[in-house]
Amino acid sequence: MTKIKRLVIKDIEKCVGCGMCMYACSRRKGEAGIDGSGILAVSLSGFERGATVIFCRACTEPPCAQVCPTGAMRAREGGGVIYHETECIGCGNCIEACTINAIFRRSNGKPAVCVHCGYCANYCPHGVLAYEEIEPEEFSRVVV
Amino acid sequence: MLTKVLYIDLSRYRYSVEDRRDLFEEWIGGTGVAVQLLKENMNPEIDPFDEESTIVFAVGPLNAAYPLASKTVAMFKSPLTLNIGESHAGGRTATSIANAGYGAIVITGKSKKPVYIVVNNDKVYFRDARVIWGIEDSLIVARIIAENEKGRGTRSVMRIGGAGERLVRYACVTTETYRHFGRLGLGAVLGSKNVKALVVNGRGSRKIVDRKAYREVYDEIFNLATESDAMKKYHLLGTAVNVKPLNEKKGLPVTNLKFTSSEYAEELSGESFAEIIGRRIACSHCPVACIHIAALRLPYENEPYFYKTLMLSYDYELIYALGTMLGMKRKEDFLKLLYRVEAYGLDAMTTGVCLAWATEALEKGLISEKDTIVKLEFGNSEAYCEAVKYLIHQPNEFYRILAQGVERASEVYGGKEFALAFGKNEMPGYHTGYAAHIGYLIGLRHSHLDNAGYSADQKMDSYPEPEQLVEKLMKEEQWRQVLSSLVVCFFARGVYKPDIVCRALRPVGMEIEEDELVERGKKIYFEKLRLKKAMGFNARELRVPERIFETETPHGKLNKDYIERAIEYFAGIVENC
Ligand code: SF4
Ligand code: SF4
Ligand code: SF4
Repeated sequence: MTKIKRLVIKDIEKCVGCGMCMYACSRRKGEAGIDGSGILAVSLSGFERGATVIFCRACTEPPCAQVCPTGAMRAREGGGVIYHETECIGCGNCIEACTINAIFRRSNGKPAVCVHCGYCANYCPHGVLAYEEIEPEEFSRVVV
Repeated sequence: MLTKVLYIDLSRYRYSVEDRRDLFEEWIGGTGVAVQLLKENMNPEIDPFDEESTIVFAVGPLNAAYPLASKTVAMFKSPLTLNIGESHAGGRTATSIANAGYGAIVITGKSKKPVYIVVNNDKVYFRDARVIWGIEDSLIVARIIAENEKGRGTRSVMRIGGAGERLVRYACVTTETYRHFGRLGLGAVLGSKNVKALVVNGRGSRKIVDRKAYREVYDEIFNLATESDAMKKYHLLGTAVNVKPLNEKKGLPVTNLKFTSSEYAEELSGESFAEIIGRRIACSHCPVACIHIAALRLPYENEPYFYKTLMLSYDYELIYALGTMLGMKRKEDFLKLLYRVEAYGLDAMTTGVCLAWATEALEKGLISEKDTIVKLEFGNSEAYCEAVKYLIHQPNEFYRILAQGVERASEVYGGKEFALAFGKNEMPGYHTGYAAHIGYLIGLRHSHLDNAGYSADQKMDSYPEPEQLVEKLMKEEQWRQVLSSLVVCFFARGVYKPDIVCRALRPVGMEIEEDELVERGKKIYFEKLRLKKAMGFNARELRVPERIFETETPHGKLNKDYIERAIEYFAGIVENC
C-alpha cells in the first residue's frame, strides 16, 4: 500500500477544544466560519471532561465511498477519500456510513469531509495535530 | 457582514428575522448595536423583571472570522444596579451566533411556564423546561440539554442555575461550563422570563471579499497572538499571576479591604494554583486557551479509597472575591466555595463582596447570627458554603436582602462605609490607587474592564489633575467600545490595535479608516452614556465607600478630595451629553 501524507493525531489528550483547526479548514476554502470544515472540535460531555477533535481517519476501505451513488466520494489510494462536489447530489449516504461520524453536513446539504491536505495542522497551537506520512495502523497512537 | 437580527417574543412564542444592515454599518456590532437595539426595544424606565424588559445578545464583524474574536455582548437592564447591564462572555457563544448567521438576538416578553429556547441555525424552538426547572446545579442542566439537542461542538448552551431561578440580583448565565455572562444579573432577568437556557447552534460560514488579504491578516493576528509577547500573561499563569505582585505592592483587597496584603497570598497565588492545574481549555477560535482549570481531588466522606475530582476554573478575580476578600487560608477552601458559587450560577465577584460585608457587619454587631444563620468568619469556608445556599433559598429577610446586593443590604442594616460597591456594582479586585476607584465609579458598567484604571495605577508614578485622569480613563473606555463592538476578547487588546482592526475588517466587508474607527468608539460611548442617563443615572449620586480611604494602596492612602473632584468633572460631562 502506498504511504501518503495525512493529518494525524500526535496526542489527543492535549486538545483544548479551541477549534482553530476547524476554522482553518473552512478558511482554506475562502469561508469565514465552519460550514465547509471536515474537522469538528467537541467537548467530552462538557469541558470539565476535556475536549477532542473528530475527523476522517483515512480508511483503506472507506464505507463512505462505497455507498456513494454518483461516485462523488471516491476511495483515495493510500487511504481516505477524494470528493467532487459537482458530482454530489447531497443524498447524505456517506454521512450515515461513516462509523466515526467524521462527515459533516454543509448548509447546502452536501458533505464536508477531511481530504488530508494538512492545512489545519499549522494552526493547532497545542501539538495535537500534525501532517505526516504514516502506516494506517499508526493513526491513533498511544502516547504518554 | 452579519446583519441579521433574530427577534424572539416569549409572550407569544414567535420569532422573526430582520436585516438590520443600517445598524451594523453605523454601529459596527456588539456593544454599538446592542445599545441601539435596547433603545429600540425597551422603555428605559421599566423594571428589569417586567415582562417588557428586553435582552440583547450581539456579536460583531470579526466573530467567527478571526482568532480571539470570541465574545458576545449581552445588554439588558440590570436588576442589581437598575441601570445598564452589559456583560461579555466567550465559550462558543459568539461563534455559534455568528455561524448561525446572526449579528444579534433580541429577546422580549415572558413565557408563562418554564421553557428553554433553541436556536438551530434559521429555526427557533420553544422547549418545555418544567421538568428541569428547579435543578439548581447549572452543570447538570447543561448535561441534560446537551443530551436532548443537536449540535455537538457547534452549539452554545447558555443557562441559569438556582440563583437565576430565585432571582438573586447577581445571578449569572453560564456557558460551556467555564464561561459566564457574569456581572450585573443577566441570570435573574432570564429567570424572570421563565427561561432556563438559550441554546444556539450554528453551522455556517460567510463569504469573504478578498481571500488572499483575509488569510494574510489572519496569519498576522495568529502569529501575534501565539508568538509575540502581546498575550504572554494569558499563555502562562493567567490573570492569577497578579496575586503576588499586588500583594507585595499592597493593592490586593483582603478581608473586606481591611488590608491590602495577606500572609496567605502565596498559597492563593497563580504559582500555587499552577501546581494543581488539571487541564486548560479555550474559547472557540482562540489559540491561547487562558482557561486554567484546577483539579480538586476530594475523598468521599465515609468510604476510604474513593475519590471525586472536581475540575474548577480559576482566575484572578475569583481568587480575590472568594479567596482573599473572605480571608481564605488554603486553596482547597477557596475551591470548595467556588464550586458552590459556580453550581448555583452566582456572580462570584458580587457574592464574595456581599459575604465579606456580611462578615464584617456581624463582627460589628450590625446584624446577628439570627440573621446570618451560620457564624460567618473570615477564613471559614464551610460557613460561607452554607451562606451561599441561603443566598439561593433565602430562608429569612436578611438573605432576601443580601440577594439584592451589598448596596441594598447596607441601606437596610447600615455599614455603608465598608459596603464595597461602586455605582451599586460590587468592587473588583484592585485597590491600586485613584485610577482604579475612579474607573469603577465612572465606567459605564462600573467594571474594572471598562477603562482599566487598575492598569493605569500600576503604570503611573504620580497622578495628573483629577480632570485629566478622568479624560484618560474615558479615552480608554471609548476605544474599548470598538473592541466590544467587533467583538474581540479584551485580553487580546494588545493584538487588536486600530491599524490591524481596519485591515481585518476589509476582507469581511467593512471599509473604515483608523481615525473614523476611533471616532465611532467615542460615538458609541456617548450613546451608551445617554442610555444610562435615560435609565436614571446621575453621577452626583455616586457613593464612595469610606473604607477605600482607610486602607493603604500602592500609592499610599487616597485622598477624598481628589476623587470628589473627579466625580464632579465627570458629572459635568454627563449633564452635557
Ligand atoms: S469519512 Fe469516515 S468512512 Fe470515509 S474514509 Fe473517512 S473515516 Fe472512513
Ligand atoms: S487536513 Fe485539510 S481537509 Fe482535513 S480537516 Fe485539516 S484543513 Fe480540513
Ligand atoms: S486546533 Fe488543536 S487543540 Fe485546538 S481543537 Fe483543533 S486539535 Fe484541538
